[in-house]
Parts: sequence; C-alpha cells; structure tokens
Amino acid sequence: MPEAYLWPGNIACAEGAIAAGCRFFAGYPITPANEISEHMAKRLPEVGGIFIQMEDEMASLGAVIGASWAGLRAMTATSGPGFSLMQELIGYAFFTETPCVIVDVMRVGPSTGQATRAAQGDVMQARWGPHGDYAAVVLAPSSPQEMFDLTVRAFDISERLRTPVVVLSDEIIAHMRENVIVPDEIRIPERARPERGRQEFFGPELVPPMPRLGDGFNVPVTGSTHDERGIRFTRDPIVHRRLIKRLWAKVYSSAREVWDWELCGEQEGKLDLAFVSFGSMSRSVLEAIDILASRGLRVASLRLKAIWPFPDEVVAKLAERAEAIIVPELNMGQLVREVRRAVAGRARVIGLSRVGGGELPTPEELAEFALEVVGR
Amino acid sequence: MSGGGFSIRRYLRPGLKLPFCPGCGCYTIINCFLKAVWELGHEDLSEFAFCSGIGCAAWIPSPYFNADSIHTPHGRAIPVATGVKLARPELKVVVFGGDGDIAGIGCGHLIHAARRNTDITVIMVNNMVYGMTGGQVAPTTPLGAKTTTTPLGCFERPLDVANVVAAAGANYSARWTTAHRRQLTDAFRRALTGRGLRFVEVVSPCPTNFGRRMGMDAKALLRWFVEASVPIEEARNMGAEELRGRIVVGTFADRDEPGLLDRLREAYGRARPP
Repeated sequence: MPEAYLWPGNIACAEGAIAAGCRFFAGYPITPANEISEHMAKRLPEVGGIFIQMEDEMASLGAVIGASWAGLRAMTATSGPGFSLMQELIGYAFFTETPCVIVDVMRVGPSTGQATRAAQGDVMQARWGPHGDYAAVVLAPSSPQEMFDLTVRAFDISERLRTPVVVLSDEIIAHMRENVIVPDEIRIPERARPERGRQEFFGPELVPPMPRLGDGFNVPVTGSTHDERGIRFTRDPIVHRRLIKRLWAKVYSSAREVWDWELCGEQEGKLDLAFVSFGSMSRSVLEAIDILASRGLRVASLRLKAIWPFPDEVVAKLAERAEAIIVPELNMGQLVREVRRAVAGRARVIGLSRVGGGELPTPEELAEFALEVVGR
Repeated sequence: MSGGGFSIRRYLRPGLKLPFCPGCGCYTIINCFLKAVWELGHEDLSEFAFCSGIGCAAWIPSPYFNADSIHTPHGRAIPVATGVKLARPELKVVVFGGDGDIAGIGCGHLIHAARRNTDITVIMVNNMVYGMTGGQVAPTTPLGAKTTTTPLGCFERPLDVANVVAAAGANYSARWTTAHRRQLTDAFRRALTGRGLRFVEVVSPCPTNFGRRMGMDAKALLRWFVEASVPIEEARNMGAEELRGRIVVGTFADRDEPGLLDRLREAYGRARPP
C-alpha cells in the first residue's frame, strides 16, 4: 500500500532523495533550504548513509562530487546565494560526468535579497550559471508531491546520463504542507560499471560506464579538457570539440525523455489564451484558468515540470493553437524569453513579472490581466 | 617485496612524460613521496585515491600517478577528498596542492579539515609564488620578495601554514624543504599512516617563476633553503626578528586524537533505525 504523509515540500524532497537511494548529503545552512539538510542529518544515519555540514557551498558540492566518484548517490541543497557559489562545481560535475543532484530553493535576489520570500529568479542561472559550454538538466516541482517525485526523477536522470541535475524549487513550495503519496517501490537502475580492463571512462559512447574509485581502474578525473581515458589535453582543439559535442549530444538527445509537463484546461482546438508557467506560480494560474473559462474563454495552462532542456516543440504546439500566451513569473522576465524564442512569432507572447515579498499574483489578478490581453 | 627494488616508474602511468620545469622541486617530492609509499610496502597505488586542485603541484598525481585521481577546480581538492574518504573509508586519500591552491583559495577548507581531523593526507608544495600563472604573489611569499604583482617587493606577511594547521587541530603537521630528502620521506611515511588529518608542507624551488626574479637559480634556491632552515626546537627559543626570513622546519604536531571517521561512527552508533 502506498502511504500518505502531510509533508512540507522540503521534507518531501529529503524523503524523495532517501527513497531514490541517496546515501550522501553535504550542505551549508541557508534559508529557505535548511529543512532539507536538517531532515537528511536525521534520516541518513538511520539508513546507513552519511550527512556532513561543510564550511561553505563549494565544499558541499565538492564533497558530493567526491562521494559520487566513490560510488554513492549524493545530493546537496541550497538557495540563490549558495547556488551562485556552486556554479564552479556544477560546471565541473557536468564536464567530468559526475552524477549528483542539486536542489535550489529559490528566494528573492540578487544578492541576499529577501531570504525568507519566494522568487523564480534563478531560471537563467540554472541554465547558464557555469562558465563555458554547459548543458543543463533542470526540473521544476510545484507541490510537495512533486518535490518528492521530481527529486526521485532527478536521481534517475542524473544516474542514467552521468550529469548533474538541478531541482529548481522555491520558498512557497518548500514550506507549504500537502499530502504526499509515497509509492511502494522506487527503483533506480544501478550505475553502469566498466568491464575489467577498460580504459575509456569519458567516451566514446554517449554515456560511458562510470568506474568507482578504489576498484582498480586507475581513472584520472579532470576538469581540464580530456580524452576518453581522462588524460588532459589543454591545447588540442579536436579533443575539446569531440568531448563537448558528446556532452551536449548526451543531454540534448535525451531532451524528449527529460521533458515533463502538464496541460490543463482546453486540451484541443483553438485557444483565446494560454499560460506557460512553472513552480509556485502555476498554482495561481490553475485557478485563473477556471475563472477565465467561467467567463466563456477558451483557455489552457502549460505547466513545465522540466525547464531545461527547454521543451521547444511542446511550447510551439501550444502556440499553434493560441492567440496569445501569457508567461507569469516571479522575476523580471526570464522564462518569457525562452517561450518567445520557441513560439517564434506563432502567437503573441506577453510576460507578467512580479518580484519582491514572495507574493504570487492572485488568480483574480491573473484573470484580470488575461482579460486585458484578449481585449475583453 | 617482489618485483625488484624501488623505482618510481612502477607507480607512474605509462606513456606520459612529467611536465615540470628543470630544477622544479616537484621531481624531488615525487621521488620522496613514492619512496615513502614503497617503504610502507605498497607495490602499487591501488589502495590510494588522489585529489588535487589547480596549479603545478596539483599535476603531481593527475594524471601521472597510475592511480585513481580527481583533479578538481582550484582550491577544492580537500572537500572532494573529504567526500571520497567518507564514502569509501578503506581508501587512503591523499591531496596534493600548491600553496595558492591549499593556503590561498582553499585555505578555509584546509583549516576546517584540520579542525575536523579529517582522515586524509594533505601535501602542500610551497614554492612561495603562483607558479603556473607566471609568478604572482602568494599567501606564502616572503616579505620584500619581488613577484610579477609585487614589483616593488611583497608588503604582506606570509602565512605560517604548518603552524596554523597544527593549531587548528590536525593530528600531524610538518614542514621540510626539498633539501631535506630523508626527513621529507620520513614525514610522508608518517603522513600516510594513522588517523586524522596529516599535513606536510614542502618548501620547494620554483626557479622559473620565483627564483628568476629573486636572482636565484635552482641550486641557489636549494642553498638558500639549507642556510635559512631552522629546526623548530631551536626556533622556539628565537625571537620574531631573528626568525624573519628563516624557514622553520620539523614537526609542528604529532598526536593520535580521534579522526573525523571515529567521531562520526561514534555519533552514528546512536542512530536508531526508524
């Protein structure tokens, strides 16, 4: 029997990680992500895992990366300021093909901003945060249930693709309490291990098998450009191109499997209006489309549960149906740029920015804005 | 021991050529370190995992040692090593890094690893300068030294790293120079055994990017190391003025307090399954 719990999002996230087989957590205190660390500190010793609080966010993700190479599923959790500090090691994890999960519970920024208030300002940092040619995988929960489910999924994708996966949450989702159904069985495949004697750990396959330190493979792991064996090539253009093209192909050839969305409202036919949103904002949108439907509008909401790689085709398909698309977000306009790119002129795209204080626009405000957009 | 006598070749990855400049202290450090490994009875490096950051010294294990090694971003070798050790305690985890890597950008990690008494070995190659990037001033550059970013002479005091690590709680902390090969090998042996954090600072010549601007070649740098070195026992009776410009060598701490893993296991023994 699946069991139901009344959990805040942060606890659901920690429990999702444990259920996914996470056995190592390193973190640094930060609001509003602390409950994840605190819960992991209590739970990991009970399941034979290890929790350690490190001296800063670089050390936290560094320890996670070390534990991952030593064979454990590993995770850290933070918020915007810590997420900024982690970018160097997120790029490193991507380039060295180290599976790990990073939870970013977004709060108002930039800088210290408003630590206890929700925002969605890290959309682009999650995509482009590390320097150089990084390809991101980012999931976006909008309920405690999805904090559980998408944390599990983050481990699944991370282990399958050998790449870091970010769970992009926010303060509202982190601290709200809802029923969370925990399934009876969660199984994430074991990492593919190399055959004895193998010397290529970074190619040539899209996702090469990953050795564990101490198993006799003598693997050299480096954040410098490297060949299939892991040997550093700091000047050769061909070696770099081959590596970076494979890493991008690895992420983008899996894009369709990563894409995850929910379409509510009118499922088919022409639309007067559609919304594209994610995270806590989607909760207000779902009520707004009911209000708009009751006013006789044909409306739909596309809620993205995976933001990066961006689901271009999904958004484009919606744009074929809609006169106008509204993109409400708790930032000065980040997701809207991506929606506009994917829509490519098929529909009008209008952003709605709300920043500060962690206040979502109410469903009524969204509906009112929408009615103005369609001229009613 | 089978397979003949000591040769560093048995521990090096085949087909690669060491990248260090002529006169670089890293050659001596590799020799002394692998000698210590040999003397401890390891015929290969299969029981080890190496972590290093960015800088010339970070290239000592990566990828030249025929072993598992993680070459991390600048300064982050100690946290990555911490994760490896906690996840696979049976491995001997060894960090190599320069003074910039370990005591500059990574200084916070070093002090906390000493405080935790993390069960790893940290070898800091102190060439008193940022060598790989061309010879900029480092946290270990002596007062008055000319570097590319202190053309008028260094006006900051150097950090006494071995002393700081000892004060922060590491089980073992020592400083030697590459002119003290036997003592250095013995210090590495000690640093590869036991529990807690074991730290060795090696004062090492960088003729290319430090000595050159100081008017010293590799031989002159080694001569200076010999002349400037003061055993810690003598240094304890000397004043600050007398010690200016000297290199205090010897053992700064050697104790057997519980390491991070001991403390963690003790605490986790109290965990009850749900």
